[in-house]
Amino acid sequence: MNNIFVYLEIEDGIVSDVSLELLTKGRSLANELNCKLEALAAGYGLDQVGQQVFPYGVDVLHLADDKRLEPYTSLPHTSLLVKLFQEEKPQIAFMGATTIGRDLGPRVSSALFSGLTADCTSLEIGGYEDRKAGKTYENLLFQIRPAFGGNIVATIVNPDCRPQMATVREGVMKKEIVDPAYKGETRKLKVSDYVSDADFVVEVIERHIEKSKLNIKSAPIIVAGGYGVGSVENFKLLHELAAVLGGEVGASRAAVDAGLAEHERQIGQTGVTVRPKLYIACGISGQIQHIAGMQESAMVISINNDPRAPINAIADYNIIGNIEEVIPKMIKYYKKNSK
Amino acid sequence: MSFNIVVLAKQVPDTRNVGKDAMKADGTVNRGALPAIYNPEDLNALEQALRIKDKFPGTKVQVLTMGPARAAEIIRESLYRGADGGFLLSGREFAGSDTLATSYALACAIRKMGKIDMIICGRQAIDGDTAQVGPQVAEKLGLPQVTYAEEILKIEDGKITVKRRLERGVETVRCPFPMLLTVNASAANCRPRNAKLTLKYKRANTATERNSLEEDCGDFYKTHPHLNITEWGTADIDHEPEWLGLSGSPTKVKSIQNVVFTAKESKTLDASDNTIEELMKELIANHTIG
Repeated sequence: MNNIFVYLEIEDGIVSDVSLELLTKGRSLANELNCKLEALAAGYGLDQVGQQVFPYGVDVLHLADDKRLEPYTSLPHTSLLVKLFQEEKPQIAFMGATTIGRDLGPRVSSALFSGLTADCTSLEIGGYEDRKAGKTYENLLFQIRPAFGGNIVATIVNPDCRPQMATVREGVMKKEIVDPAYKGETRKLKVSDYVSDADFVVEVIERHIEKSKLNIKSAPIIVAGGYGVGSVENFKLLHELAAVLGGEVGASRAAVDAGLAEHERQIGQTGVTVRPKLYIACGISGQIQHIAGMQESAMVISINNDPRAPINAIADYNIIGNIEEVIPKMIKYYKKNSK
Repeated sequence: MSFNIVVLAKQVPDTRNVGKDAMKADGTVNRGALPAIYNPEDLNALEQALRIKDKFPGTKVQVLTMGPARAAEIIRESLYRGADGGFLLSGREFAGSDTLATSYALACAIRKMGKIDMIICGRQAIDGDTAQVGPQVAEKLGLPQVTYAEEILKIEDGKITVKRRLERGVETVRCPFPMLLTVNASAANCRPRNAKLTLKYKRANTATERNSLEEDCGDFYKTHPHLNITEWGTADIDHEPEWLGLSGSPTKVKSIQNVVFTAKESKTLDASDNTIEELMKELIANHTIG
């Protein structure tokens, strides 16, 4: 009762990074609230899940192991969570702000009439006073998230409804093992008590999921392009520079929306959060929602032909010029001087 | 075969183009400077509905939006592109709704619309980016959902086959009607306004809009009922009052902060060979690269 729950995302038996990041956050909040951390794994062939998650401080692991639960579909996973939450009455529940978490979370919150805050960038515990109702609350979950295109940051609370639900994007929280020998308990759920046949009306006919080839999150150098890069051709220059420097290519939302780069490369509040030692922003104007995802970079170089681009204010170096001109020079003089 | 389709659409401030004019000197957002637009992914949703209508004559596409009086613009914009009609759900009781109270109100309105085969909406709205309202409406109505739709591949035997665009791949699913679909930006763009339809529906408006006009419309809208945009308030839908608006919203905004980034001391460089070479030398020397 009153514990913290994390819904685990599992692909081929491997628990995803975003789930491990949420467990890490959940563990530290559980310590603060003096409650337990519980996790739910729903899928098929989940024997290896326990050993992956217990080191993150999971006290209770609920396993729903059933062939019909893999691959994920909305209805059965919703039914599982709704029923389990009705029994266990968690105070807080987290899921990844992934295609699965964002499909599942709203349904569960709608069924339970509990508040859900999407894409939180920070989660804290604190008190809240509702002056109108004359009520004060202790130990609420502060769900902090950008809003209004990233121009403001709002702190959201769910004073009366439980669980307090939040989703968080991959890479926003840090992942950290608390104790490799941490002991938790495994509870196997009788799946047929939680789902009905009617939950399986949606069939998955075909599925092509690629393993993430990119690792933008941990790249030491990122060459990122914005709408100002202009063309797919020019984006190839960014790839060349990244390859020469041993980095990865990132992109702003505008560039992704314009089809200049894959969604997986998107950096910012609606993409990945990165902390490289060098961030080269090419043709990126620097909307707040982008800056929020890269402001912790150790060094920022901005290449832009607009000297007043907002990103220039947070850059260490602003090169005023065109991508087509500047990047080949960077490649040339890096090669010349790096020997 | 024909279908009754409801498209859920939202009027949103255009947060994508928060340019220099849209920020005040103190770094806060000048909301007045942001134009109100048709939420982009809801346009992708409308296109999917219109394509079904093209393919299955007799299909009826109705647009439902919740918002203030000026949100009637969304309905007109939809009529110009081929929708058959629209409903504006409006009233101060709906103000302050979070996603859950919004989905409750929309679900009540959809129930009122009769037998519906399909609800189509954008994946998310750009002012909140939550992607919650679609699935929450589906849950309230007890319907299956297919989210992140990129393309409708087939409709046959009472089932729809949809290609979904996921983070790292694609998935094809088959779902029986009635159902709810949320559509991605990666789906086909919406067709532009049709000139004939734009002329036809130029004078389409709500009773509220007509009342604020200088001229007296007389019987015009009685004789031209297709130009009437239906306006619904709380009295028109079956609902529990405490589930609407603020009281129906479990989430409360505790505080709001403007995002202000601390400016660094930046060096401005030109793009000359000499400058770039010096920069690269410096980055190599301090082990930032190499």
